[in-house]
Amino acid sequence: MTNALVLPVLIPLLTAIVLTFFRNSFVLQRILSFLATASSAGVGVYLLLRIQSEGILRLDFGGWQPPYGILFVGDSFALLLVTAAATVTSIILLYAFSTIGESFEKMYVYPFMLFLLAGVNGSFLTGDVFNLFVCFEVMLLASYALLILGGRKVQLVEAFTYITINVLASWFFLLAIAYLYGATGTLNMAQLAVRVTENGQGPVLTIISLIFLLVFSLKAGLLLYFWLPGSYSAPPAAIAALFGALLTKVGIYALIRMFTLVFHHSPEITQSIIGIMAALTLIGGSIGALSSRDIRQIISYNVVIAVGFILVGFAAGNEVALQGSIYYVLHDMVVKAMLFLAGGLMISLTGKAKIGEISGLLRNYPTLGWLFFIAMLSLTGIPPFSGFIGKVLLGEGLIEAETYVLLTLAFVSSLFVLYSLLRIFLNCFMGEAIISSEEQVVLKKRTLLPIVLLGVLTLAIGIGADVLAPFVNDAASTLIDPQTYIEAVLDKEALLKR
Amino acid sequence: METLITLLVGVLVMVAVYLLLSRNFVRIILGTAILSHAIHLLILTMGGLKKGGAPLLTEEGSTYSDALPQALILTAIVISFAVTAFLLVLAYRIYRETGADNLDDVRRESDD
Repeated sequence: MTNALVLPVLIPLLTAIVLTFFRNSFVLQRILSFLATASSAGVGVYLLLRIQSEGILRLDFGGWQPPYGILFVGDSFALLLVTAAATVTSIILLYAFSTIGESFEKMYVYPFMLFLLAGVNGSFLTGDVFNLFVCFEVMLLASYALLILGGRKVQLVEAFTYITINVLASWFFLLAIAYLYGATGTLNMAQLAVRVTENGQGPVLTIISLIFLLVFSLKAGLLLYFWLPGSYSAPPAAIAALFGALLTKVGIYALIRMFTLVFHHSPEITQSIIGIMAALTLIGGSIGALSSRDIRQIISYNVVIAVGFILVGFAAGNEVALQGSIYYVLHDMVVKAMLFLAGGLMISLTGKAKIGEISGLLRNYPTLGWLFFIAMLSLTGIPPFSGFIGKVLLGEGLIEAETYVLLTLAFVSSLFVLYSLLRIFLNCFMGEAIISSEEQVVLKKRTLLPIVLLGVLTLAIGIGADVLAPFVNDAASTLIDPQTYIEAVLDKEALLKR
Repeated sequence: METLITLLVGVLVMVAVYLLLSRNFVRIILGTAILSHAIHLLILTMGGLKKGGAPLLTEEGSTYSDALPQALILTAIVISFAVTAFLLVLAYRIYRETGADNLDDVRRESDD
């Protein structure tokens, strides 16, 4: 029992509510929102360290012992993601401070970002399926609002499609919850795991698990990613970066959590379907990334490829591959934010978004160019950066599982990632400069600082992979052996009584 | 009783899907609203209907209805209310911006 477990949700939530009362004091909004996200990250690190000595933490709300109440469960996987999400959000906030503009600040952009973070952190921490649904909705409602801020025509139309699809996904989520409750009589994840193990995962439960798969793959953009490129390229760079870094990861987290904890008894059906979906995602994402000419579209399709890559590791189903996936999720949060910010900056500096229309930016803005280059190297998996360690472990795991088709697809997709980003780099940064040095827009240092910070972070994760290793190993071993999680949530008495 | 309600859910989903497949904004929004009502009914049915008294624990209480589905539905209704309100405002805003009330016209407009 520790009350600190609720803080990563409570801090952003309360700050956001307070901030709605200070609509016109921008300085206060900026300071408070940054403090809120940074302190959430701090709490995340603190809890992560406590888990290493005390084991999985849990918080029963209102003192209701599980399985009766709603509870938060913090294991290493959840808190690694909480920490990464809060850190990335605070860096994106820094970027928003200097670029987003007064009209957005007046329309509560910071409170909405904080609501989004609260929903994301809640989804990572909760130990109850229905509570997961509620946290998803908190996150989604904030994302709806963020998507239409600014009110350009393309945003409104994209938002309508995005919301309708998500309403449908939420409907399927509720459907799965209703069936699950009908079949097992509980919604507590640990108790679900116990009951499914006891009664065996029959055909009915497998069907229910497939409905969950449908829901989470819609959220994660696993195969069902058709809505993603459009809606991720409509809003301003800071908001798109927040979406690209956080939203799909929540779907991935929920998928991995449900399918390692509850529905892990018929891997020949579920794991292989996830494997096939991941493979198709890799192929589709690569084709999309190569065929688009819009910078934001290319970057959005790279989000899709990463989702496929991470879930290929999950489909392999062994501990090494899972470690690789976890490293890769953390890495991807940082680097996708970096790519979206760099891409957005290129567009706002030149006023153009197609790769054929921009060239020679390296002469005007050398730092931005090399930062983009770093992001590209990191995403491809070049050693000193963070993508490397994830790809190596994932490769090892896939070889161990003898799934060579997935292995090939995963690593060929890395080449497509490299090619699609290299195309942006060669077209836009190399070549003849189109903007003369007199008429170029001045790039302020504080606009560039967040991208530099993200660059430092990807380098730090790459070099300091050893520091992260105990946390990632613990996270992967808890996922592989769900008994640890179950015992941490349900006391011995509750396990006997059931 | 459960069978009847399940059939009703089926009919509601059918109506909702029909509405969702149209191109008109208002019809789509009505579709999502009906869809969420269908799922609320389904959750209620999953808890079992007509099981006895009110879900109050007393000394000699023997059979009582499952209270959890009702609590779940309450939350789900609030959420779907918020989303529907948001969608209606969004549809109105799109109409104000583009003068179109269906997806076809909006697409044509943004192509021009």
